[in-house]
Amino acid sequence: MAEPVLHLQGITKDYGEEVVTRVLHGIDLTLRPGEFAALMGPSGSGKSTLLNLIGLLDRPTEGKVLIQGQDTSKLDDDGLARMRGRALGFIFQFHHLLGAFSALENVMMPLLADRGRPSGEMRERGMALLQAVGLGERASALPSQLSGGQQQRVAIARALVTSPALVLADEPTGNLDTATSGQVFELLRRFNVERGTTFLIVTHDPRLAERCDRIIEIVDGRILRDEPVPH
Amino acid sequence: MPFELFVALRFLREGKSQTALILAGASVGVAVIVFLSALIDGLQDSLVARTLGSQPHIIVRAPEEAARTLTRSPESLIQEVRPAQRLRSVDQWQQVREVLERTPGVEAVSPVVAGAGFAARGAASRAVAIRGVEPEPFSRVIDVSSRLVAGAWRLRGTEAVIGQELAKDLGLEVGDRLRLSTAEGRAETFLITGIFDLGNQDVNQRWVLVPLKPAQTLLDLTGGVSFLELKVMDLFGAQGLAEELQGRTGLVAESWMTLNAQLLTALRSQSSSRYMIQFFVIVAVALGIASVLVVSVVQKSREIGILKAMGTPTSKVMRVFLIQGAVVGGVGSVAGSALGSGLALFFASLASNPDGSPLFPVALEPRLFLTAAGVALATGLVAAVVPARRAACLDPAVVIRNG
Repeated sequence: MAEPVLHLQGITKDYGEEVVTRVLHGIDLTLRPGEFAALMGPSGSGKSTLLNLIGLLDRPTEGKVLIQGQDTSKLDDDGLARMRGRALGFIFQFHHLLGAFSALENVMMPLLADRGRPSGEMRERGMALLQAVGLGERASALPSQLSGGQQQRVAIARALVTSPALVLADEPTGNLDTATSGQVFELLRRFNVERGTTFLIVTHDPRLAERCDRIIEIVDGRILRDEPVPH
Repeated sequence: MPFELFVALRFLREGKSQTALILAGASVGVAVIVFLSALIDGLQDSLVARTLGSQPHIIVRAPEEAARTLTRSPESLIQEVRPAQRLRSVDQWQQVREVLERTPGVEAVSPVVAGAGFAARGAASRAVAIRGVEPEPFSRVIDVSSRLVAGAWRLRGTEAVIGQELAKDLGLEVGDRLRLSTAEGRAETFLITGIFDLGNQDVNQRWVLVPLKPAQTLLDLTGGVSFLELKVMDLFGAQGLAEELQGRTGLVAESWMTLNAQLLTALRSQSSSRYMIQFFVIVAVALGIASVLVVSVVQKSREIGILKAMGTPTSKVMRVFLIQGAVVGGVGSVAGSALGSGLALFFASLASNPDGSPLFPVALEPRLFLTAAGVALATGLVAAVVPARRAACLDPAVVIRNG
């Protein structure tokens, strides 16, 4: 069997110094290459905390996060940043594009941050992805000149430009209307099928979750349900 | 273009009004420094030039005469009497002159015979300073020839060049005759060939420049000179050179810096007040740049969080803001230098002396611009350190969550 893209071992997370609040209680989770999983749970259940830990934006109190078999607890902050840049892709609820840069520049940004200088190859990859999300014509537009759906598609292209093993999407359709939501979701699905990229999608929407291959539900810092979705 | 510079320039371009404000602040700061330095340098230069217009840089003369006791016994009751200082010649002055002329850093050496006398024309007479000189070397030490108001710089036989105040007092013009006499009763008549204005009333009133030979005769110093006057290459190195010459010749060598200690103190305190002003201007500019950049970090915290989440290392995030500080400092120094020079030149053109020279002379030197640019760049960088560290410390998870 292929090496897991993500492996969580007994993850706990505490907040606070004097009054310690345990947000996650010993989470074990494995994602295999090509999986398309939904992470569900009510507000305050700890799913955002978990997503931050998986995204290497935070460190667990106990337990280990392994990305493609590599133990990330031994990495320093810059090592984590490098790992984020190369192995992970992020799609946020509010697209979070950089307002001062064009759509193409936004897509190229993770490559640029990693390698330091722009190259023709970066530009080609960025352009190819923009075309793949149907925005080849709008490459030079600023985020403010794009609609909400278009912005989120640029954000998806940006998340995929480094060919990450795992893409973390935090309510990627949270602030889009139903039709646009459907399109954006289809786009994620398409990249999953065509490229074999693993996706972990946080969502509140049970209908979207039902269209994933696996649903992981977290309540009060524990995994309550983790089962495949029969299609 | 490297990633950090690319992002820094875009951030600056995005916050147009902020960038304009911070650039204006840096430019005005640099302009103040350039303007102030140009003005103070110019004033100091002109002050020194005026002072040295009628003074040599170094005077070499014989040591003063002193009585020497014959006994060394400390118990003996001996009163030392200070002898009156008579007019004496520098021993072997021709050889001394050669030694001085060969010393590196010495530009010109002029032997001078000087003593007191009376100038008389008809019933009017004035006390004057008789100065016997060799015209060519003397005019290299004190530039009389370019400051003549009438006649020519010519001293042959019994010709004399006098100051304009003396000419006025005695009603003399070029071509008139002037009778010089000394306390010892010697006298000689001179033909006026030129009238000078050395910018110093006392000098204009008292100096009578005559050739060396008749002065030696008048002052009973045949073949001798009272002192040697020097011009040096490095004006502010005159003191050191004077000390060196003193050791080399065994004579007394005094620089203009000793003779004008008061002026030098004034120049120094002027310079130190200027450094104070510069220091506070730099602090104000640095605080301005820092505060605007801090605001910019707060406003851009979401963007910074995204950059970090995408894998940008902390060091690169820091550099983005350091570069912004450096760019502001760099552009500010260019704009400020232009503004400051313009202001200085405008100021210099406002008022002028009767002779046409500016009342506020300014000295704009390349060194000044280089200093200003260096200071502005360093200020920008230092001012950006705190904001850059703040940006680098932002927790991406927090800022992304809070939008």
